[in-house]
Amino acid sequence: MAKNEPKPIDGLTYEEAFAKLETIVAALETGDRPLEESMTLFERGQALTKRCAELLDKAELKVQVLVGESLEDFKENP
Amino acid sequence: MEQLSLFDASPRWTVTDLTRHLRQLLEGDTALQGVWVQGEISNLSRPSSGHIYFTLKDSSASLRCVMWKTEAVRLRVGLQDGMAIEVHGNLGIYEIAGQYQLYADSLRPLGEGALFQEFLRLKAMLEADGLFDVTRKRLIPNSPRRIGIVTSPTGAALRDMLNTLRRRMPLADVTLAPVPVQGDEAPPAIQAALRNLNRIIVPDVILLARGGGSIEDLWAFNDERVVRAVSESQVPVITGVGHETDFTLADFAADLRAPTPTAAAELASSITVMELRQTLEELARILGGSMGVLFERQHNLLEGFQSGLRFYSPIRRVQTERQRLDELNRRGNTTQAYRLELTAARLKGLENRLTALSPLAVLQRGYAVVTKNKRIVTSKAQVQDGDALRVRLRDGEFDARVSGDG
Repeated sequence: MAKNEPKPIDGLTYEEAFAKLETIVAALETGDRPLEESMTLFERGQALTKRCAELLDKAELKVQVLVGESLEDFKENP
Repeated sequence: MEQLSLFDASPRWTVTDLTRHLRQLLEGDTALQGVWVQGEISNLSRPSSGHIYFTLKDSSASLRCVMWKTEAVRLRVGLQDGMAIEVHGNLGIYEIAGQYQLYADSLRPLGEGALFQEFLRLKAMLEADGLFDVTRKRLIPNSPRRIGIVTSPTGAALRDMLNTLRRRMPLADVTLAPVPVQGDEAPPAIQAALRNLNRIIVPDVILLARGGGSIEDLWAFNDERVVRAVSESQVPVITGVGHETDFTLADFAADLRAPTPTAAAELASSITVMELRQTLEELARILGGSMGVLFERQHNLLEGFQSGLRFYSPIRRVQTERQRLDELNRRGNTTQAYRLELTAARLKGLENRLTALSPLAVLQRGYAVVTKNKRIVTSKAQVQDGDALRVRLRDGEFDARVSGDG
């Protein structure tokens, strides 16, 4: 399935990591992979789960403001 | 002045009866009940009772008005002296003061009636253009990550939406396109903001929102430019304008209408971070489980292989071969022995025959073998007088010398 080099896991967004995790779980569930490949998939799946959980834990709403054509950080009035 | 007759037949009233009669006349006249009256506010008074008192006047007359607390609390327009309004209510009489007045149940800034006509006209026109067609509505993604917001940067609406998103979906990226949300500059600014978000940011969904206000305050959201910009947006638009009871034309053109800004933010985060966490945990559980299943399956496979291996093992073949070898060995030995015996018998026969042919056998019968220099002498011509000969008899040999030839 991985034609191109897999991206390093800690560079994945939540959606990317979660989509990959879903693919891996689906592949493991069919159970037709060789053991060694399954082990590799499983380890990658665990790393992806960790990445997703981290992203959820650290998630902080990012708010920017569109000024003309460019984005600037938005400071909320207290 | 004419003397009044003691027997004057004119009706006589007490003040109370008269006033009550007048009141009944007013209240029984349908033309004076449920009416709209236009005028300007003066003598506005809002005592702590919560009721509102004012005089409605125009250039040549004035009318006392009262609005009871129960209606006054529902008012969304701020009243002030000099304000031109339309008041809805029933005419009646305040008997104690002998004063007729308007008992107001609602009021609106003057011109709202005209605005409402304009609202209906625009709505019909844009509806005819198909801007409100249900088929035009795009699906709101249930987990948008990039959210555009078009609203005032200083309003409570923005604060409410950001708080809602922070609580429900902090993974989201918000881009605010700040706009004035009322006044003449609002419609072109909102139109530009919607277009810019579509062109520069392309978020997953756009929230177009504004806090509550009068119909005039919300009027920008009925502006044709705004309504068309909402309809033209490639990105799905959720509106959250005013309060639950407020409907604007932008709401009709939007892909989804929320009653308030907060509700709009909730609709843009229909899948919350809590739900994501649950889904993730579920997936992690399946992942772990799949490994257990995999190991069990591999274990079973291995056991199968193992018994297969035992069956087809070379060790087993070696054992078989060894047995066969023993067998062959045994059978080979017998053959060999037989062969040897046979050979031995044949040897013996040959030996016998050789023995029979041996010249030595002749010696047994009394003949001698004469040799000269190890060569057998078979003729007289081979020897001369004095030659040394060797003679062999049956039981031994001796030397001899030739003396005199025959």
